[in-house]
Amino acid sequence: MRLTDLSTRTSQWFDPNVPLSDIVISSRIRLARNLASHRFISRCDDKEKQSILQTLKEIILSLRQLGDIAFIDIAGGSVLERDLLIERQLISRNLAIGRGPRGVVIAENELFAAQINEEDHLRLCVLAPGLNLDKCWQQINRIDDSIGEKIEYAFSFRYGFLTACPTNLGTGIRVSVMMHLPALKMTDQLKKLFDSVKDMNLTVRGLFGEGTEAIGDFFQISNQVTLGISEQKIVEDFQTLIIPKIVEYERIARDRLLVKDANILDDKIARALAVLKSARLISSHEAMFLLSNLRMGINMGRIKEISIGTINELFLLTQPAHLQINKGRPLNAEQRDILRAETLRAKLN
Amino acid sequence: MQCEICKTRTATVHLTEIVNGQRAESHLCQNCAQKEGVTIKSQLSLNELLSSLIAAHQQTDETSGSEKSRRVCPECGITMEQFRKQAVLGCPKDYDVFETDLKEVIEKTQDNNLTHKGKVPAQILNSSNARPENHDKIEELKKQLSRAVEKEDYELAAKIRDQLKDLS
Repeated sequence: MRLTDLSTRTSQWFDPNVPLSDIVISSRIRLARNLASHRFISRCDDKEKQSILQTLKEIILSLRQLGDIAFIDIAGGSVLERDLLIERQLISRNLAIGRGPRGVVIAENELFAAQINEEDHLRLCVLAPGLNLDKCWQQINRIDDSIGEKIEYAFSFRYGFLTACPTNLGTGIRVSVMMHLPALKMTDQLKKLFDSVKDMNLTVRGLFGEGTEAIGDFFQISNQVTLGISEQKIVEDFQTLIIPKIVEYERIARDRLLVKDANILDDKIARALAVLKSARLISSHEAMFLLSNLRMGINMGRIKEISIGTINELFLLTQPAHLQINKGRPLNAEQRDILRAETLRAKLN
Repeated sequence: MQCEICKTRTATVHLTEIVNGQRAESHLCQNCAQKEGVTIKSQLSLNELLSSLIAAHQQTDETSGSEKSRRVCPECGITMEQFRKQAVLGCPKDYDVFETDLKEVIEKTQDNNLTHKGKVPAQILNSSNARPENHDKIEELKKQLSRAVEKEDYELAAKIRDQLKDLS
């Protein structure tokens, strides 16, 4: 698998042809694991990291259930390659900027990633498009079992899986759902939603932006508590209660916009399309913001001639590392803004 | 209220005694109470008690403070202070070494939960490489292990796990 194979296509977790995908982009489950026989990463020298990397890499690459998989060496890779993997949600910024031997095993379909020597020795991750946490859990649970049969995990009966940071202790599970919530944003209801979400011990973070400030109204909702609640319970709560409720709120907000503020809505969508179709220089921030409005317009039936698939594709192709890898060379900010505008015009006109 | 003994001065000492389940109250002035030996005793002992408490508290604070900063994990060499700075631990053993201090951190970040519910690693529950002659014993130990986990008796569970490991 070459990274240039990835950079020209849309990730499978961005597939728009699944139920609820107008609001729920993707589901993801991550498990944090450590080997019993080693110290945690912060106390490992390069030699110990290399030994952990080798052990885990061999075990994971030998798993038959994963289909086509490949190991990508992060320590030896270029900054652009690392950024591409971040933009495609396959590795964390933490792994990219880490030190010493580290890497990731990814499935060719990009629905599985195993980061080695991130904050924990192993961070398993399974993704699916739309709301499909049950399937993610079944898959990651099986993969975890297969690895756990071959190696001894750091585990105590009292505290469960032992992790470098106590915030991941117990199940080591992080369930995250990526959502597009433009109507809640337009109707000023996000703060209310986030406050109630925080009361339920959940975290909300912006997707493409830094911190909680989201660019383009994409948000990731995840569990905060990992100890004292079983994996199944967390997954079930997300799948059947929390996410369906937020989807319902977003739908109500969209319906209200159509009844009350159809003119404002249509103006916003038409302006977004006009700029995206004709800009000659466009920043990543502005492109995300306008693509988000356009995505809402298509999902609400206000624009018919463009598919959601095209918009999802553009979200990835206009990211900085994608532009540069697809161009085949590093570009400065102005060159990227020109190429981004060209890419958008070519796909939308 | 007047003193019950001299009946002249105001009662400032109020005693409640419970003898054989019967509640008896007496209200005395400072002087009479002193003569009766009541106030002097209790006031002194209270002061003594307080100061000894504070002293003891300071002492434990000092010792535990220096102990805390001195305590180093024999496995990875990390101290609690270092953990507080970098927010990550050095090795799995730290959860035992810094048990008391970590308990606070865990309670705070984990919504007051302190015991694991959920998955147990495949290797612990699945001793497929076990020698055939140990099969029955292993099955029995596995049952005991599930019961221990159910009862949240983690010390026992850890012992059974070690026995299982030895048999595998």
